[in-house]
Amino acid sequence: MSKIVVKNVFKIFGARPEAALNMIQQGQSKDQVLAATGCVVGVNDLSLAIEPGEIFVIMGLSGSGKSTLVRHFNRLIDPTSGEILVDGEDILQYDRQALREFRRRKISMVFQSFGLLPHKTVLDNVAYGLKVRGESKAHCAERALHWIDTVGLKGYEKSYPHQLSGGMRQRVGLARALAADTDIILMDEAFSALDPLIRAEMQDQLLELQQALHKTIVFITHDLDEAVRIGNRIAILKDGQLIQVGTPKEILYQPADEYVDRFVQRRVATV
Amino acid sequence: MFPERFTFSIADWVNTWVDELVTNYGDVFRHISDTLLWAIINLEGLLRGTPWWLMLAIVAAIAWHATRRALPTLMIVGLLFLVGAVGLWDKLMQTLALMLIATLISVIIGIPLGILSARSNRLRTVLMPLLDIMQTMPSFVYLIPVLMLFGLGKVPAIFATVIYAMPPLIRLTDLGIRQVDGEVMEAVNAFGANRLQQLFGVQLPLALPSIMAGINQTTMMALSMVVIASMIGARGLGEDVLIGIQTLNVGRGLEAGLAIVILAVVIDRITQAYGRARHQASQ
Repeated sequence: MSKIVVKNVFKIFGARPEAALNMIQQGQSKDQVLAATGCVVGVNDLSLAIEPGEIFVIMGLSGSGKSTLVRHFNRLIDPTSGEILVDGEDILQYDRQALREFRRRKISMVFQSFGLLPHKTVLDNVAYGLKVRGESKAHCAERALHWIDTVGLKGYEKSYPHQLSGGMRQRVGLARALAADTDIILMDEAFSALDPLIRAEMQDQLLELQQALHKTIVFITHDLDEAVRIGNRIAILKDGQLIQVGTPKEILYQPADEYVDRFVQRRVATV
Repeated sequence: MFPERFTFSIADWVNTWVDELVTNYGDVFRHISDTLLWAIINLEGLLRGTPWWLMLAIVAAIAWHATRRALPTLMIVGLLFLVGAVGLWDKLMQTLALMLIATLISVIIGIPLGILSARSNRLRTVLMPLLDIMQTMPSFVYLIPVLMLFGLGKVPAIFATVIYAMPPLIRLTDLGIRQVDGEVMEAVNAFGANRLQQLFGVQLPLALPSIMAGINQTTMMALSMVVIASMIGARGLGEDVLIGIQTLNVGRGLEAGLAIVILAVVIDRITQAYGRARHQASQ
């Protein structure tokens, strides 16, 4: 069974989502909808399935709706219409309590600009997911220390986020997500804010961790190199629509259209 | 000349309303007034009953805890000693009691209102003009009905002070919470924190510098009401300013005025020091 299934999801931002939804379902373009209703189409009739234990990369230019899409998986954003299943359960049916439980136990997230709590130490930041769901203090500390050690931040437990470099901060973000011990980890441009060397290092570390952990990782990026390097499968988004899904090889050698091809060409040109 | 047929007055309507309030709900207000008075008198008694040297020691301890520096602490204690030296110690304590109660009430009402207003744009739209009115309406306008409801003395003084001093606290609490980084809130949400965990674990701690600035403003504005408060029968430093004006005793007025300034400086330095967050992101 697929871990995450997305079926015909639309997301429309603005004051008149019903009207906009009607228009887009009749095949009007994003720009036409914007002109007529003032609504922005974030995700447009998107369906995909993510398998357990894979690193699934969602790629696209900025504004393609990739960050919007990934926020649907833990319902930081609710779709205008469509269905989202996680482990076969329709997460859109969850009430507030069930949604909280779902976020606490099943899915965690790493953010582009880290999203760390500036007033808490590295240790407390990493333990945050555990603390929120009410684990004992000793258990929180033990787990947090373990993951701080694993991501290579031993000795920084008592530091505050502003005392760390960007790369180290994102290690804290990663450790926080890992410590929550969820099946699914969402990574929203997690490495995009880091410089190239640190970025490559973090990619290696992620792959290494994944070999041992077999999590389901949904990784958002705008960088094809990164996508090819870490992805088991890659989905390419444009204007909120899915253009192509496939293994890195399929994307590189059988680009579905000119948009994908342009990504690939750019990559060949820079190598 | 403005044409007669366009004019109207709400004065009669308001007068009837206040009269009815006084006749029908006088007992309720009397009860509130008595409770408040009891609190003020007890606090005042405690402050005035405390020996002056113990009081100075307590203030010194608080100042040290807040600033962690010797010079400001010494300055604060020295200034307060000066007030005592010109014979205004008792009145200083009376004013302090009044101000502490007014600030406490402002905090109890203001911070929750600020939190609610940060959560709801609709409430904010209603609240903000109301706060503007509270700050700009000359206090004598609402002092008249307040006097009718509560009688002369400390209680109406507290009311007038709270109305004038609370708005900045509400504004700054609202602002502080709204300024918490959106991605931090998203992260906290993504890990399944409930409303209380978000509020007490993240929003309030991160808004603390702003909230403390609000409390600082509230105390400063409360002090600026001291003279008006003494006009309606609240005792304290304002009383001496008033007597100074009435008897053309410029010197006495100035002494009391300076004592108010000193109290303001002391409270300002201490609350500001607490407002400086120790672990804020430096960028």
